Amino acid sequence: MITLHALPSWAALLIALLILTGSGLALIGALGLLRFKSFYERVHAPTLGSTLGMGCILLASMLYFSIGQTRPVVHEILIGLFITITTPVTLLLLVQATLYRDRQEGRDPLDGSNRPDA
Amino acid sequence: MSRWLPSPPTTLGLLALWLLLNQSVSPGHILLGSILGLLGPFLLKRLDVPPLRLRRPGAILRLLGIFIADMIRSNIAVARVILANHPARKNGFVRIPLRLRSRYGLAALACLITATPGTSWVSYDPATGMLVIHVLDLTEGDDWSALIERRYVGLLVEIFE
Repeated sequence: MITLHALPSWAALLIALLILTGSGLALIGALGLLRFKSFYERVHAPTLGSTLGMGCILLASMLYFSIGQTRPVVHEILIGLFITITTPVTLLLLVQATLYRDRQEGRDPLDGSNRPDA
Repeated sequence: MSRWLPSPPTTLGLLALWLLLNQSVSPGHILLGSILGLLGPFLLKRLDVPPLRLRRPGAILRLLGIFIADMIRSNIAVARVILANHPARKNGFVRIPLRLRSRYGLAALACLITATPGTSWVSYDPATGMLVIHVLDLTEGDDWSALIERRYVGLLVEIFE
């Protein structure tokens, strides 16, 4: 295990860039959550953090620990796998709950599909 | 597909999962992982999960490549939409008739559509095979149905059916 100071500078730079990109994407996602007007739009924003944002952070972690311990460290792949296969479950629950509420209130957003809603 | 090995992909997957989690390929962990991999499919069977059969490893790799490219592209596109916040942008629901019927294929498609920002899975009707997705940036003339069919459904049918 080596410390941050002992990392070669190209690796430190690359890792920093990946972490900044990942957290930047999460930040933009949070901004989208604030800016968008309807539930169905808002659902898209946080996926930035849970897809490419997560990928960048995991890649940075893999690089840092692989170089630091001079052996491949790749079990971060599992984090990515589990987040990718569990997100649709949560999303589906949220979307179904919203659809149910909208239908209860007499405005079915799926009426006349293919027509963009305002 | 024998009695003791009902689902080889599940067995291999569990073994790989165990070795990755423990970050080791020592004989002891291979043994433990194999036991887990052999018992796992029987638990799944009790839950009425149909056995998983995967075909065409080449198609899986191709799908993975397409997915990573689409994921990066749509991340950039959605980040642009959020930062620009154009008032003229339209969002809406799109209906897509699917020929994919395999439960695993549909689950994989749900993961793919959810993991590419800008599209989200809304509902699927197994009786009619009609999928509804929500699209964040709906441009006139974009044929989402053909896009999903061409990029994902064809390969998923090859892999799972």
